[in-house]
Amino acid sequence: MKPAPFDYIRATSIDHACALLAEAGGGAQLLAGGQTLMPLLALRMSQPFILIDIGHLPELQGIAPHGGGLRIGAATRQADALVNPLLAQALPVFVTALAHVGHHQTRNRGTIGGSIALGEPAAEMPATAVALGASMTLRSTRGARTIAADDLYLGPYATAIAPDELLVAIDYPAWPADAVPLFREVARRPGDFALVGLVGALAIADGRIERAGIAWFGMGPTPIRARQAEQALVGQAIDRIDVQAIADLAIADSAPFDDGHASAAYRRSVGRRIFANGLMQALDRRLAA
Amino acid sequence: MSEHRISMTVNGQQHRGLVDGRLMLSDWLREAAGYTGVHVGCEQGVCGACTVIVDGRAVRSCLMLAVQADGCSLTTVEGLAAADGTLHPVQQALKDNHGLQCGFCTPGIVMTLAALRADGARPDEAAMTEAMSGHLCRCTGYQGIRRAIRQLAAEDGTP
Repeated sequence: MKPAPFDYIRATSIDHACALLAEAGGGAQLLAGGQTLMPLLALRMSQPFILIDIGHLPELQGIAPHGGGLRIGAATRQADALVNPLLAQALPVFVTALAHVGHHQTRNRGTIGGSIALGEPAAEMPATAVALGASMTLRSTRGARTIAADDLYLGPYATAIAPDELLVAIDYPAWPADAVPLFREVARRPGDFALVGLVGALAIADGRIERAGIAWFGMGPTPIRARQAEQALVGQAIDRIDVQAIADLAIADSAPFDDGHASAAYRRSVGRRIFANGLMQALDRRLAA
Repeated sequence: MSEHRISMTVNGQQHRGLVDGRLMLSDWLREAAGYTGVHVGCEQGVCGACTVIVDGRAVRSCLMLAVQADGCSLTTVEGLAAADGTLHPVQQALKDNHGLQCGFCTPGIVMTLAALRADGARPDEAAMTEAMSGHLCRCTGYQGIRRAIRQLAAEDGTP
């Protein structure tokens, strides 16, 4: 058997899972879709004493209107979210990003919350949560709390979720139905981790950008909000935007590094280009509409 | 280390067993249940050879614990052809188009395509091709597989 020994426990409720987490004192690992965890277990890079299965819990499933936006249960399968009509209508850019997560076969098991809680810096779901301004509800035996996606990510695979906390749901605020979607990703092959990617949305009223949410993935130790670019975009008339200048601002907020797949310089160069082209084409489509 | 009693349906047959919590579904299917058509390649979710259908969906059986499949209904490649040996349309299309050579990756590819076509669903060529990104094939160069997919789409009238 490949993984190191552990006790497997199928939680019967969120409360049960939280109690198990508290009792384990950091020795437990939550299992939802398992599409990242299983390889880590097989390679023995992860060796928990206890594996707490929460993937089947009904309380963690589903997509529903909540507080004006949409709430996604953390253990909602990626494949289910991909075909969800509410998401397609309210947050089309979320669906576009989701279609780039893993492969058909892994999306059949992988969960939205699993990807968000893992915090892989090149993954689509964490950056999408940051860009769209999502917030996360966490539960533990100590109670419930909410944390903004902006405050969730501390480093590669490092989040502000405490060892005894469980991600219950992710809330996405409402964006106008006609918000301009932004999505670009450069990867070696479909389904590979992105070398460089960006995701976001622009809310437009009377020909001006009134709200912008844009984040990079694969461009630093965490998903990174393109804050300067967002600020520069807000208030501008969409037919008079200097996309090259905005792309420069977006790159200024990124923090890419060299790894075996690409150099930081490559990522900055490609990132700048896909940002400028992505923004220009999105605005052109809107102007032509 | 925990042990669990599990029970699941594989290719219409009921199976029961006692498994370690850490036993992967792929290993259980091959070694305990005897479904050696489940090919185990990378054992870390990259190659797709071990793909089986769990409750109607194509999943990698090396990325699932056997205990997680408790109560589920599974199909492996052994469960596709008819009793008289008539191949499943996906198997026939791969055979017709030289969509396999050594055959190691083939059961996984067959199961992904069969799952997409389950319950009368008829995916188009683009959907089937996209799903192939979850499989590695080192022999065919994929062109035979793509021809098989085109044949399936043409037969279904969903090009």
